[in-house]
Amino acid sequence: MRPVTADEFESLAIGAWILGTGGGGSPYLALLNMRQLYRKGVVCRLMDAAELHDDDLVAVVSNMGAPLVGQERLTDPKTMALAVTMMEEYLGRKFRAVMSLEIGGGNSIQPFMAAAILDLPVVDGDCMGRAFPEAQMTSFAIHDLRMYPLTLVDVRDNAVVVARAASWKWMERISRKACVEVGSIASTCKAPRTGKEIKECAILGSTTKAIGIGRAVQAARRAHRDPIEAVLEVATGVKIFSGKIHDIARRTTEGFLRGTATIEGLDDFRGHALSLAFQNEFAVGWLDGEPRVMTPDLICVLDTVSGDAIGTETLRYGQRVTVIALPAPPILLTPKGIEHVGPRAFGYDLDFRSVFA
Amino acid sequence: MRRRIGIDVGGTNTDAVLLEEDTVAATVKTPTTADVTTGITRALAALVERAPTARDAHAVMIGTTHFTNAVVQRRDLGRVAAVRIGLPSGASLPPFVDWPEDLAALVRGEVVMLEGGHEFDGRPLVPFDTKGMRAAARRIRDAGIRSVAIAAVFSPLNASAEEEAAAILREECPDVAVTLSHRLGRIGLLERENAALLNACLIELARTTTRAFSQALRASGIAAPLYLTQNDGTVMLAEVAEAYPVYSFASGPTNSMRGAAFLSKRDEALVIDVGGTTTDIGSLRHGFPREANNVVEIGGVRTLFRMPDLLSLGLGGGTMVGTTQALTIGPASVGYRLTEQGLVFGGGVLTVTDVAVAAGLIDLGDRARVASLPAALVEEALARIRATIEEGVDRMKTDAGEAPLIAVGGGSFLVPPRLAGVSEVLNVPHQAVANAVGAAIAQVSGEVDQIFQDLSRDEAIARARRAAEDKAVAAGADRATINVVEVEDLPLAYLPGNSLRTRVRVVGEIARQP
Repeated sequence: MRPVTADEFESLAIGAWILGTGGGGSPYLALLNMRQLYRKGVVCRLMDAAELHDDDLVAVVSNMGAPLVGQERLTDPKTMALAVTMMEEYLGRKFRAVMSLEIGGGNSIQPFMAAAILDLPVVDGDCMGRAFPEAQMTSFAIHDLRMYPLTLVDVRDNAVVVARAASWKWMERISRKACVEVGSIASTCKAPRTGKEIKECAILGSTTKAIGIGRAVQAARRAHRDPIEAVLEVATGVKIFSGKIHDIARRTTEGFLRGTATIEGLDDFRGHALSLAFQNEFAVGWLDGEPRVMTPDLICVLDTVSGDAIGTETLRYGQRVTVIALPAPPILLTPKGIEHVGPRAFGYDLDFRSVFA
Repeated sequence: MRRRIGIDVGGTNTDAVLLEEDTVAATVKTPTTADVTTGITRALAALVERAPTARDAHAVMIGTTHFTNAVVQRRDLGRVAAVRIGLPSGASLPPFVDWPEDLAALVRGEVVMLEGGHEFDGRPLVPFDTKGMRAAARRIRDAGIRSVAIAAVFSPLNASAEEEAAAILREECPDVAVTLSHRLGRIGLLERENAALLNACLIELARTTTRAFSQALRASGIAAPLYLTQNDGTVMLAEVAEAYPVYSFASGPTNSMRGAAFLSKRDEALVIDVGGTTTDIGSLRHGFPREANNVVEIGGVRTLFRMPDLLSLGLGGGTMVGTTQALTIGPASVGYRLTEQGLVFGGGVLTVTDVAVAAGLIDLGDRARVASLPAALVEEALARIRATIEEGVDRMKTDAGEAPLIAVGGGSFLVPPRLAGVSEVLNVPHQAVANAVGAAIAQVSGEVDQIFQDLSRDEAIARARRAAEDKAVAAGADRATINVVEVEDLPLAYLPGNSLRTRVRVVGEIARQP
């Protein structure tokens, strides 16, 4: 267990936005919350999963809803914490620690907001290793862990317990419905996990990894070195393509932002084109018409100069971007993992082939 | 005969033009003065001297960066009260969060957070705490604060909480100036609230400045109504505009682009405005600058404004050329001291202008003073300038096809006649005063940015269009002349039904004064 410094949240915000693979929501507001908390003297603690006892309970938290609503109804740490205490009341048991649902985007910082209020440590890890759009796209779902109960609270005094759900899909449908009813923004505490489940089924070390990526970007910028090279080095990634956005088409279907971005090659990639399909996050990239990179490998689109991640909602014509792939957590690469988060889970009739194979 | 006067107050020069119908009848360039108004008075006097008909102008439009500079330089700012309506949500991120400390210390007066606000579909979040608002209004009055900014959650979709709060303020302290966030910005509470706070802290300055402009006008014997130009290339009557100083933050570059469109008679083109220190590249759509979607920082404060999407490059006529080791171009510039420090003007600093004179691109100063510059150096410098411009132009294009490029500004001689990705480079008469021309031709606009649900795309756009037209008329437009200039719709992730965020902007000619 170790204290987390205020500076580390600045790094975490950068790194988590990169691991968001185009989705996950901007960490900006969550970062502002942490700055406010630290100004008041709060210090959060990060714990290694190995420090958990097998029968400890861990609260997996995340914000749920539309990113746009989150820009008006700014989430505060107390509401995040409320979802956790409500689960404790329902279970009649206390949590030992808090953990992130997804390390990609704003949800990387949300558990720290809850932890600051509850005075609990945060487990170094998550259950996606990136960002994904749906509840069943987690390492816990791949391991067939139980998906209930779930608590969902809003900032008024509304709270919902989903006591049981027949499947991950049902849990997604029921909780999504409740979330919409309270204004499309809610804080949730997912099914509680035992220490044993965390150690065996979570994606461990992802918080430290995200901080490390952010720190590498910051160090490279200070030294006027290439921040993208720094990311590739620290996260053992592969450069897929570099160029400028040439065309961008978006549409929403079934509540998701889907679309395709076409990138025209520059420098070493001149004369080539990369076509990137996304469903909130980047899903598949075709180089000159041939599949080149696909989920669950992490597909990250970065500003070629600053190294900042670019979200699928903010892609624009003319942006100079570099596309990199980062390795997916091993659990996502198992046959069961591919079933949950491989290209077919997003509607692409492709056999998964990793860039890193 | 329709006569309009356009004035652009830049950092270096105050330019004025007289338009008779659609013809540039007279132009004037005078140095900008520290008090701004003296420069305007001088420019108007010179204009009237050149074209006495200027006195009969039916409208005068002034573009100024005075208010942006006040924020950037932290001067003449008033203390404001911030009223946020949105509790219980957002309690942890109060107004002024993430402001630079020095600016917040100057501006932050009373901070009030109250229950109220709305959902994304217009339903109330919780009932508005009117009792709390009344108590706050009294505190504001007792604290002697003269300007208040009010921001409510989702006010762009339902403004009733902000309106109600303003009504209470008017009852309790009728003399305070009130800025409502929904009049200024879009979705994004913190950024919209920041815009309202900036506006509120500038409102006193805007009032005195606008009145000084009016006096300058009257002193010059011109009776026409005064308009101030806005970031989006349109104008507001000065009496209205003085309540919205933030709307004029980027009016300088916008006026240049609008002037470029007018002088070249092109509505769809790229514009390059080469000044003394920087070059701005923008893109014209339907004759208006394409707007930025992103967060814009002003004086270190994050805002979302109607701002032109501009790429600023550190290249201008005064940009210094270094030759000590490898050849370097900029970003340092001698700026307005070019006519003392440039080589061709007898100074000792090698500038981009000197290179252009040596290459014969323009005849300025004493050409003999650059005769000894090595030809290879001149060639390499020009190649670099070309590459910089080509890359900048390419970044601002909206699609891959070739587009025309209109060159304006005092340094437009630096733009090569042929460029990669550019179908033609257009040089236009009066290009050095394009900004004042842009001010003179400005029209009145109205904009709506709203989320519609369970409507077809066409219905949503039609509804937004009607609301935008009403706004334009309220700002002084003639309804019969209104045109739609921008329609944008973005489907939204994770919202139920068929949620569509629709933005429509319309413009019309200035309605004749009754």
